[in-house]
Amino acid sequence: MSDAFRDRIDIALTVNGEPVEARVPAGRHLVDFLRLDLGLTGSHAGCEHGVCGACTVKVDGEAVRGCLMLAAQADGAEVWTLEGLTQSGVIRDLQDAFVARNALQCGYCTPGMLTSIEELLNRGGVPERAEIREHLSGNYCRCTGYEAIVDAVESVARARAEKGAA
Amino acid sequence: MTISFGNPDRPNSYIGKTVPRPNAPRLVQGRGKYVDDIVLPRMAHVAFVRSPHAHATIGAIDTAGAKEVKGVLRIFTGAEIAEVCTPWVGVLAHLKGLKSPPQHALAVDRACWVGEPVVAVVATSRAAAEEAAALVDVDYDPLPVVTDMMSALDADTPVLHADMGDNLAFRRLHEEGDVDGVMATAHKVVSARFKTARHTGVTLEPRSILADWNPAEQQLTTWNATQAPHMIQTVLATHLGLPEGRVRVICDDVGGSYGIKVHVYPDEVATAAISKIMERPVKFVADRLESFSTDIHARDHEIEAKIAVDAEGRILAIDVDDWTAIGAYSVYPRTSAIEGNQVVNLCGGPYDFANYRAQTTVVFQNKTPTCQYRAVGHPIAVAVTEGLVDLAAAELGMDPVEIRRRNMYADDVYPVTSPAKMKFEGLSHHASLNKLLELMDYDGLRAEQAALRGKGIHRGIGIASFIELTNPSPFMYGIGGARISAQDGCTVRMDPDGSLVALSGVTEQGQGTEAMLSQIVAEGVGVSPDRVRVITGDTQVTPYGGGTWASRGAGIGGEAALQSARALRGAILEVAGAMLQSPAEALDIRDGQVVDAASGEVRMPLEELGRIVYFRGDTLPKGVPRELVQTRHFITSDYPFAFTNGVQASYLEVDTETGIVTLLKHWCVEDCGRIINPQLVDEQIRGGIVQGLGGALFEEIHYDAEGQLLNGSMADYLVPMAAEMPDMVVGHVETPTMESELGAKGAGEAGTAGAPAAVMNAINDALRPLGGQVTAMPFTPERILRALGRITD
Repeated sequence: MSDAFRDRIDIALTVNGEPVEARVPAGRHLVDFLRLDLGLTGSHAGCEHGVCGACTVKVDGEAVRGCLMLAAQADGAEVWTLEGLTQSGVIRDLQDAFVARNALQCGYCTPGMLTSIEELLNRGGVPERAEIREHLSGNYCRCTGYEAIVDAVESVARARAEKGAA
Repeated sequence: MTISFGNPDRPNSYIGKTVPRPNAPRLVQGRGKYVDDIVLPRMAHVAFVRSPHAHATIGAIDTAGAKEVKGVLRIFTGAEIAEVCTPWVGVLAHLKGLKSPPQHALAVDRACWVGEPVVAVVATSRAAAEEAAALVDVDYDPLPVVTDMMSALDADTPVLHADMGDNLAFRRLHEEGDVDGVMATAHKVVSARFKTARHTGVTLEPRSILADWNPAEQQLTTWNATQAPHMIQTVLATHLGLPEGRVRVICDDVGGSYGIKVHVYPDEVATAAISKIMERPVKFVADRLESFSTDIHARDHEIEAKIAVDAEGRILAIDVDDWTAIGAYSVYPRTSAIEGNQVVNLCGGPYDFANYRAQTTVVFQNKTPTCQYRAVGHPIAVAVTEGLVDLAAAELGMDPVEIRRRNMYADDVYPVTSPAKMKFEGLSHHASLNKLLELMDYDGLRAEQAALRGKGIHRGIGIASFIELTNPSPFMYGIGGARISAQDGCTVRMDPDGSLVALSGVTEQGQGTEAMLSQIVAEGVGVSPDRVRVITGDTQVTPYGGGTWASRGAGIGGEAALQSARALRGAILEVAGAMLQSPAEALDIRDGQVVDAASGEVRMPLEELGRIVYFRGDTLPKGVPRELVQTRHFITSDYPFAFTNGVQASYLEVDTETGIVTLLKHWCVEDCGRIINPQLVDEQIRGGIVQGLGGALFEEIHYDAEGQLLNGSMADYLVPMAAEMPDMVVGHVETPTMESELGAKGAGEAGTAGAPAAVMNAINDALRPLGGQVTAMPFTPERILRALGRITD
């Protein structure tokens, strides 16, 4: 470990709408900062090399790998985790659809999966199943076989589109 | 009183309905509690120094540099851990001849695979532990390696464990009838060589343990990501020299397991030992490279097989020579011989034939140990069997469906004993196949395939029938001497407010165990499922049980829940009868109320009964039993295993220019007996299918000739992702087991059992007119292009 990793850096950001100030080691990953320093254990570390998507969080409006971003890079950013998205109610319909369709089993991929899907749903419209599958290809799920997740996303997109049209 | 499952209008009819999982809302809100989420006061972290060599003696270990790292607390060598932790041996008495040397928590003197833990570094943070681990200097002296399976027993191959004499861990030959005689005279004999690749489970949550030895209480508490808490309790107690009663294993949320988390891992045992030595909580969570190099691997088999058929396509004989290499040790305590043993037990499973020979040869090598992974042995046996049947059909010019119809056990022939000496209580091969053909419109698909063939589009249809072993009795592990319970228990309690708590020995890893148990208890007592709280995964709290593996949760744990719920119902009605001055038989419980059984008239809500029993017991006649807690256990006894059956179909397209296979659709009809929650069963099937599809198309652990793991990241070991997976149609036939009132058999492994064979047969169906054939999984574009002769170097 180089000395630069041990350097501590002051950061100020908002997490789930709340201001946070912290002094973090330069080598601290965003997902570790959220989990270890803020107790936001809803974000999961799955592979820690940017493939599985379990650590996906929202940074300045975009779905980001929490294991590929340093906490120091989040200085000044607006970060949302599943805890905050839940509390704000913006994905309640999606969460309900996941439960109704059993689009989760062990639940480990689910926080990252929901955060990625939120990004897709925010684009509006009703995506084709192939488009949903393509969008989810940054999020591994080893339990469900994906079909239930695709069903849940499709049903929410359709319901939102109908609601928007009404 | 028995439950009339045939009547959908019966009261409290929750068994057979899709009800939501009580734990799902928690998980979609980020409120799960996995081991890594738990933080304890004074908790330390351990990181392991792992062998970079496949085989090497361990010389001097220099920890001076590592000790300088800020935050490092202690560093342990194998010899130091061995002082408090005894080694284990992964053998079972009923697997005759199985041998394996003693294995330590940390390697002592010699490391036998890349990734074997050698030194443990404990620090105040994981980052510090990892930093220091990188500075530990171990003096290794490399030894000759054994990496090739088929030459492992050759005279000039070095012997991996000198004390074992040779590299043979286990061999079993099963012979029934006259295979050689029949093969010599049969109308057709077709042979093939099959290969299944080395896989691993890739649970999204890595293996994890938090161990907390409390010297004041003389108790070890561990939080484990495991499928079998009581088994872990026994193992930790045995090897750390503690009374079993002083080890408590807690299993909260588990982020995927698929068999990976039902085994004993050296680094996890070492973590518990370190907690005992340091008298403080110690956490270990594997990183992803550690997952690939130390989670159990599976399915590394090579099989030479033959089938003999008569002119009408009747199977006369099957001959299977299976080889598998299990790494450096047989895994404790379930052993690494079970998979090969299953191949012997399961080949030819769906078919009524007389002459069968199967041998499995299990050898040691310097690689990560292999052990039981979802559908243990089934994907291999089904690929061999169904591959042979399709090859025979092609040789005879017969439709793949027709040859199966001519050979599958008739649906009315049960009970039967197979040539592998497996006992089948009741299966539904023909009904399942018929339903499958209807769901997929087989004739329509064949017409579409033929039409597209004319346009140069090569599509294939593959069928795979299978049997699945579920609800194991002690014949699986107990008779071999392992303290792994085949029995399971459930305690159901009514609290003063009329709500129920069910404590079960089976565990939840996302299958929906808790939903299934809540439905059964709700129906058994007579309340709605949301009035039932289910508690699993705590050895100090739940009845003793085996946990969740071999598709036993619903069949064994579910029946225990039903019987305890029925007993509680009886106990409630006995008190109610005394209160209401009515015979208990004239009363029933419906939707949380005691009612008149005949008229349905409400007599008393359960919360009123609870109020009186718990707070005004003085008003009840003296001596009236008021035991609102009931426990029952269940174990199967008539059959060693409850076999299920099913059949899958794959429809796919092969791009003959690129070798890429596109999965278009997949079907599965299976028979797991009584279905408790249709949605949960369907999703188990779908998830299982996709795990099987991964093995068919993508998954393969690669080693070089020196035993170096070549693909230890998620970018290099490919698992199915959403874009490549098809939609799946799932159908059911229900043949309940008569061993239990519930009638449920297992469903968790059926998808994985049959999917690879269905894909293999579909690819070969597409390639056949072009003269190509593939039998070595995964069916990568390269292998397909080689089969087509497009790559020849």
